[in-house]
Amino acid sequence: MSTLLNPSSETRLRGGLKVLTDRFSVAELAQASKQLLLPMVGILIFLGVWHLAAPQVNTSLGTFPGPVQVWEQSGQLWQEHLNQRERADKFVTMQEERNARILAEDPNAKVRIRGYPGAPTFLDQVVTSLVTVMAGFLLATAIAVPLGIVLGLNRHLQAAINPLIQIFKPVSPLAWLPLVTMVVSATYVSDDPMFEKSFLTSMITVTLCSLWPTLINTGVGVAAVNPDLLNVSRVLQLSFWTHVRKVVLPSSIPIIFTGLRVSLGIAWMVLIAAEMLAQSPGLGKFVWDEFQNGSSQSLSRIMAAVLAIGFIGFVLDRIMLVIQKKIAWNE
Amino acid sequence: MTKPHLELTGVEMAFDTPKGSFVALDNINLKIKKGEFVSLIGHSGCGKSTVLNIVAGLLQASKGGCILDGHEINAPGPERAVVFQNHALMPWLTVYENVDLAVQQVFRKAMTKQERRSWIHHNLELVNMAHAANKRPGEISGGMAQRVGIARALAMKPSVLLMDEPFGALDALTRAHLQDSLMSIQQDLNNTVIMITHDVDEAVLLSDRIIMMTNGPAAAVGEDLAINLERPRNRVTLADDPTYVHYRQEVLKFLYEKQRKLENIAPHRNKKATGTTSKHSALTAKT
Repeated sequence: MSTLLNPSSETRLRGGLKVLTDRFSVAELAQASKQLLLPMVGILIFLGVWHLAAPQVNTSLGTFPGPVQVWEQSGQLWQEHLNQRERADKFVTMQEERNARILAEDPNAKVRIRGYPGAPTFLDQVVTSLVTVMAGFLLATAIAVPLGIVLGLNRHLQAAINPLIQIFKPVSPLAWLPLVTMVVSATYVSDDPMFEKSFLTSMITVTLCSLWPTLINTGVGVAAVNPDLLNVSRVLQLSFWTHVRKVVLPSSIPIIFTGLRVSLGIAWMVLIAAEMLAQSPGLGKFVWDEFQNGSSQSLSRIMAAVLAIGFIGFVLDRIMLVIQKKIAWNE
Repeated sequence: MTKPHLELTGVEMAFDTPKGSFVALDNINLKIKKGEFVSLIGHSGCGKSTVLNIVAGLLQASKGGCILDGHEINAPGPERAVVFQNHALMPWLTVYENVDLAVQQVFRKAMTKQERRSWIHHNLELVNMAHAANKRPGEISGGMAQRVGIARALAMKPSVLLMDEPFGALDALTRAHLQDSLMSIQQDLNNTVIMITHDVDEAVLLSDRIIMMTNGPAAAVGEDLAINLERPRNRVTLADDPTYVHYRQEVLKFLYEKQRKLENIAPHRNKKATGTTSKHSALTAKT
């Protein structure tokens, strides 16, 4: 009877294979493996070269860290973060218990809870940096896109402003920073400040350096709308706002997004430099503190930060790409 | 005599160039009746598009003017809808949305939302494009996009439909197909149409009148040829029709004998003179 069973199981097996090959053609599988495999090979080769080359470099803080040390320190940074969180929680519960005791004795007593005064961990610094870069980038976008539209629509204004753009565009964040710091200190005076001054300084520096690509691209995109479409708009007698909203803006969205992605990349690079120089909280300060600290693990910890900075920059760009694909019509 | 529907009087167009003023059009006079289908034909660069753009209001004539139903034209408007050579659809909008943009702008107050929707569908059906209402211009062929461009223009209910080489960018078969569609739509709607073309067959087949323009610079109306052919017209039977062949001959003669494109532009003044004296000569020809 096994001869009767065998063919049926064989057909089932073939059927299973067929389903697999139907869903993913051979070409698709090859494509997928190429897409995954080659980047993996690249990363592995990089790790190998790094591993072999690192011990050859001797510094006053010991040899340059290889991938293994950096991996260990990354775990260490994570562990420190967890420990710090635990201590912070304990600190708060301790206060709550004490407050409860005080309130039990005297219900009218004024009680308050102090924030944990411990130093920010690596992850805290990452969060600070992300918040700062987003704030700076959003401010830059809010300035650059409307201004770019106005410049793109008006040739005279464009001619008047263009030299200024060309001059300010290549300015390094480090040159802006002292000026921004002084201006913020002088103008942002309040007893109960909503933002830290250091946050404002970093954010404004990021804005000043990152708005140019968006501004230039928006101007170019708006000025380059197909003249036929402009004529359609004129024949339809669209009002200025409808014209901007329904013709100019959609037409230039793809090129604006290219500008936004460049801007965000610059914003992230500028932020690290600004934090480092201004000693405002964030990843830049983390790197600088570790450098000043000069322990035997410092280089590994800085390297971990370098990789984190790179990875976050990559993720930010990917997020922009996803948004672009959602919004832009040519994707 | 009744007042003409559309009248161009002494239209002159001069452009400022670094080398001084360039006169593109010189003293263009035209009277067009309601429901008339008029073709403008001439060699490239003779200012056909300039005439159309002046009627559309996209350009301002340097001298003379243009009157439509008793009102002077000095700005673009939806009552003079334009069909552009390269469809000029918004690539980020679907076919439906492209027509909707026009319909909303023109009939926002006059029609309810429901009425607008059926009006858009009606116009898309008119050009046989209702099936692609939700496609983007990038997803349909050039001929289909041009149909949508025509639907958008028709949806504005224009008093004059202006077509700037509407089929110039299409292959011969698609072009013939669209010409037939346009003829049958025209049969129903009886629009006033000004069409620019450089295709002799297209001009004779579609028009009630062909305006032949002399070569630029300083182009003028060379000949004005009335086409008295029965409608509906059929391109296949007309191909052997002696009257049709005669009209075709007239236009060809004008383009390739009287207004032969010369390399040397200097003696154009003389040519223009011959052009104007031979004016209306075609009208006297037997039909």
